[in-house]
Amino acid sequence: MLRIENLGKRYQTGDLALKGVDLEVPRGQVMALIGPSGAGKSTLIRCVNRLVEPTSGKVYIGDLELTRLGSRELRRARTRMGMIFQEYALVERLSVMENVLSGRLGYVGFWRSFFRKFSQSDIDEAFNLLERVGLDHMADKRADELSGGQRQRVGICRALIQNPDLLLVDEPTASLDPKTSRQIMRLICELCKERQLAAIINIHDVLLAQMFSRRIVGLQLGSIVYDGPPEKLSPDVLTQIYGEEDWEATIEATRDVEDEDADVLEAAAVLQSGRGNPPS
Amino acid sequence: MSTTSPVRRWKRPPFIANPTLRWGLWVGAAIYLALAFGTMEVDWGRVAEGVERGHRFIASFFPPDFTSRWDSIQDGILESMWMTITSTVIGIMLSIPVGLGAARNLAWRPVYLFCRGILAVSRTFPEIILAIFFVKLFGFGPFAGFLALSIGTIGFYGKLLAEDIEDMDPVQAEAVKSVGAGWLQWLNYAVQPQVMPRMIGLGIYRLDINFRESAVVGIVGGGGIGATLLTSFDRYEFDSAAAILLVIIAIVMSLEYTSGYIRKWVQ
Repeated sequence: MLRIENLGKRYQTGDLALKGVDLEVPRGQVMALIGPSGAGKSTLIRCVNRLVEPTSGKVYIGDLELTRLGSRELRRARTRMGMIFQEYALVERLSVMENVLSGRLGYVGFWRSFFRKFSQSDIDEAFNLLERVGLDHMADKRADELSGGQRQRVGICRALIQNPDLLLVDEPTASLDPKTSRQIMRLICELCKERQLAAIINIHDVLLAQMFSRRIVGLQLGSIVYDGPPEKLSPDVLTQIYGEEDWEATIEATRDVEDEDADVLEAAAVLQSGRGNPPS
Repeated sequence: MSTTSPVRRWKRPPFIANPTLRWGLWVGAAIYLALAFGTMEVDWGRVAEGVERGHRFIASFFPPDFTSRWDSIQDGILESMWMTITSTVIGIMLSIPVGLGAARNLAWRPVYLFCRGILAVSRTFPEIILAIFFVKLFGFGPFAGFLALSIGTIGFYGKLLAEDIEDMDPVQAEAVKSVGAGWLQWLNYAVQPQVMPRMIGLGIYRLDINFRESAVVGIVGGGGIGATLLTSFDRYEFDSAAAILLVIIAIVMSLEYTSGYIRKWVQ
């Protein structure tokens, strides 16, 4: 689905943020990207939808080479990539509904969007998504009236109403409490499964990454240093990614959490099996 | 608990670390002030005379006479309001493209410099200078005042709009860009909601300023209540002048209260 070839980014300040990254994410795969602050995680996903312009390398979505599109074509291509942000990035003075519908801006003309005349199918889909995340009764509230977890749910709806093939998720849980963090991660993973979306989730919480993703990629100083399943994240690997620290405790903790969380995941699976794709 | 640690004192570090420079600046400022007062010549005899004349002058304002010149006061007020509203609306409309261009995070570099240039020029000249200029160009009357106020509005509103846009939250803007929105859609969904409440408040504030300035530009021939005020002074009808001043004060105060109320409401 997504293919990144030898991607490099040097900022104008001279900092080399990405050093030739190669990565492939197939349809339906949720990939967690871990690494310390400044490793280039944010830069990497922003180079995919070109909110940051890469300085070298190529990015493909399907067969489309994103890195050489003109601005009009880039606009169209961006509709295929939903993005979820760290601080939710909702437009605070717009209503919940307007925020969700803003995900359709790539599909509607200026005057329709100016007068908020979205098509009935867009409005139906917006209500469906809000209902799915349990916020349909909040449609006309202003975004800044919501709590952190609720805002992030609206952010997820905005990304999904684009009907994307790929989700780019930038630290979705960084400003949330531990319980809400898990709920949000679970929701993102469920939705990706339901819709067979490829996703890159930037996350600095190793535990959460191991809990929710079957593939972990470790980024350190702009290069990939680990790419594999969560079980193989050994203390050595974590030391390589983050530097020297006592990692045994983290790994132990993950095992406990996984046991405890198995019930919750199972419950989610039961809920979901009614909807179609059973979890793998 | 047997060893008592010595008391550690703390004082806020001085803003200028070098003590010689720090005290030198204080002493220099004191000397300058003393010299400045020394060069100011005050003729206390003339001050005493002026105070007495001032008393007579103020006394002649009372009682304010609203009736004998009411027709011309009314005409002046209406003309001023007309000038105020048209110049505010036209000025704000023209300042929006200039303000967008003058925001560093929106505009391409040459456009930015050009728009900042327009703002700098229109802010260089106070409304009264602009009014004198336009009276020379287009003759006496409210049209000259209207133009002067419009240009003043562009400088004021455009600069504040540009600065407000530069201060907006870039992440919200980035999010709307990431869904594939076009430039105008992006302005409408990401930029406008962030700057709108403040800009509405500033628009009303500018309406208030333009009304007050309309009295000033009238004095140099730009029409409006200022012209009426000048006429009454010329005729030594101080009681009518007092009435005009009271009307201006009443209108400015009511605008002030309305603008405060509306600003609270749009937040």
